[in-house]
Amino acid sequence: MLTAIRRITRAGFVGFWRSAYVSLASIFVITITLFVIGSTMFIDQLLATSLQTIQKKVDINVYFEPNAPQEEIDALKKAVEALPEVAHVTYTSREDALIKYREKNKNNEIALQALSELDENPLGADIAIQAKETSQYEGIARFIEEQRELSTADTPIINKVTYNDNKESIDTLTSIINAVERVSFIIMVVLIIAAVLITFNTIRLAIYTAREEIAIMRLVGASNMFIRGPFMVQGVMYGLVGGIFAILIIYPILTWLGPRTEAFFEFNLLTYFISNFSYIFLTLVGIGVVLGLVSSVLAVARYLRV
Amino acid sequence: MIYFDNVSKLYDDGRSAALQRVTFQVAPKEFVSIVGHSGAGKTTLLKMIIAEDKPTEGQVFFESIDIHSIPRTKLPHYRRKIGTVFQDFKLLPNKTAYENIAFAMEANGRSDEEIAENVPQALALVDLDDKAWNFPNELSGGEKQRVAIARAIVNQPDIIVADEPTGNLDPIATYEVVQILRKINDLGTTVIMTTHNKGVIDELGRRVITMNEGQIVRDDSTGKYVL
Repeated sequence: MLTAIRRITRAGFVGFWRSAYVSLASIFVITITLFVIGSTMFIDQLLATSLQTIQKKVDINVYFEPNAPQEEIDALKKAVEALPEVAHVTYTSREDALIKYREKNKNNEIALQALSELDENPLGADIAIQAKETSQYEGIARFIEEQRELSTADTPIINKVTYNDNKESIDTLTSIINAVERVSFIIMVVLIIAAVLITFNTIRLAIYTAREEIAIMRLVGASNMFIRGPFMVQGVMYGLVGGIFAILIIYPILTWLGPRTEAFFEFNLLTYFISNFSYIFLTLVGIGVVLGLVSSVLAVARYLRV
Repeated sequence: MIYFDNVSKLYDDGRSAALQRVTFQVAPKEFVSIVGHSGAGKTTLLKMIIAEDKPTEGQVFFESIDIHSIPRTKLPHYRRKIGTVFQDFKLLPNKTAYENIAFAMEANGRSDEEIAENVPQALALVDLDDKAWNFPNELSGGEKQRVAIARAIVNQPDIIVADEPTGNLDPIATYEVVQILRKINDLGTTVIMTTHNKGVIDELGRRVITMNEGQIVRDDSTGKYVL
């Protein structure tokens, strides 16, 4: 048994070298397939992270009247926080709002002068609400609207809710995000299926050229496993080498692309690649090995039938 | 040792027959030549022996085993008892002469020591010691056929089945191959060979089975080529 495994492995290696042209073609195709799959992984990651970044920038701001009682502001904040759709609520007090305003207008003499003419702080507190999904903003806005209507206080505490101003851009963004996700998913699935089929066919052709040999081996009395084994070893080697090649192609591309994605998407692909290297490496090589192995087994099976 | 019992082989259309009620027997250590025109059924007959083809009627026995009742997974085992030689040599193109012969032993599960000992012996028997590390495309037709014979005998099979072994060879190579087969037969191995070559048959002076249209028409113990 051990001898057989040793012989099969050796025959696989020898066959790999001696049919170098066929091996090269198979490796080339697997490399491209894995490159496509790898690119898919990166594009997916880039898309997911940039969507998160965009989503974080979307929020609803509720501006309170300057004279709104603090208890009622706190009560509303608590009620909003209790909503399941809400991811995060940021409270800005009147004082902080003033500091922010000063900071923002530090070069605007007139605005600062106008501010100092007033005896008291003209700004109200506000809360910024972030939802878990962009599609949930409408519900949150409605909730705040209800709160405003139900309010029993003599004077309204809410000055302004920005949702209705932002509504259109939030809606557009939501539909763009959904469309991009759907389209990119379809493109990736199609690309991966095409790449896998091409690999499978290439290996099938490679083994087709060896069909005579398979017939001879059978006539000499070789068992099916003894015939199939070396082809399996070769398939695994195609996958291994193809995986390493794919990584070697991806690395310089990401070195170039990394700083650019950082500037545009606020997400550095190179950093992601390096920090997840073992995961990416094992995934690509693993897919390559499985692809090579399965293609070989299926292709040889054709010629093992008497 | 080989027994054909009323074997017929019909093609799918059910009318034309490759073999019709063929019955004969081959004893151990015999050298049997099968002659006949193209399409007389010679190759079909040999294919039955190596279980490449199945009869539509009748049975083929190897010793007491019905060859066509052997399950497919056991076929490699059975085939190791038979050495096969073909007109087109059927060498593995990516392996050297030595490796081609060694492969038959590896497939047979022989140990490395046996392989290291027997392969050079087989190569010496066919007088190819100096071409051991050449690939098939570096050998002449006669040399290729001698490698194929060395591969066929290296596992010490009970029987050698040779389908037109001299069909692609020039007269000198033909003579060499026949001499080698005769030598193997003298060493105690049964040989069944098909041929077109009148000179080979007359030179051998052994048993000749003559076939025509799927039937055995003559069976002479020291035959001449009569057609």
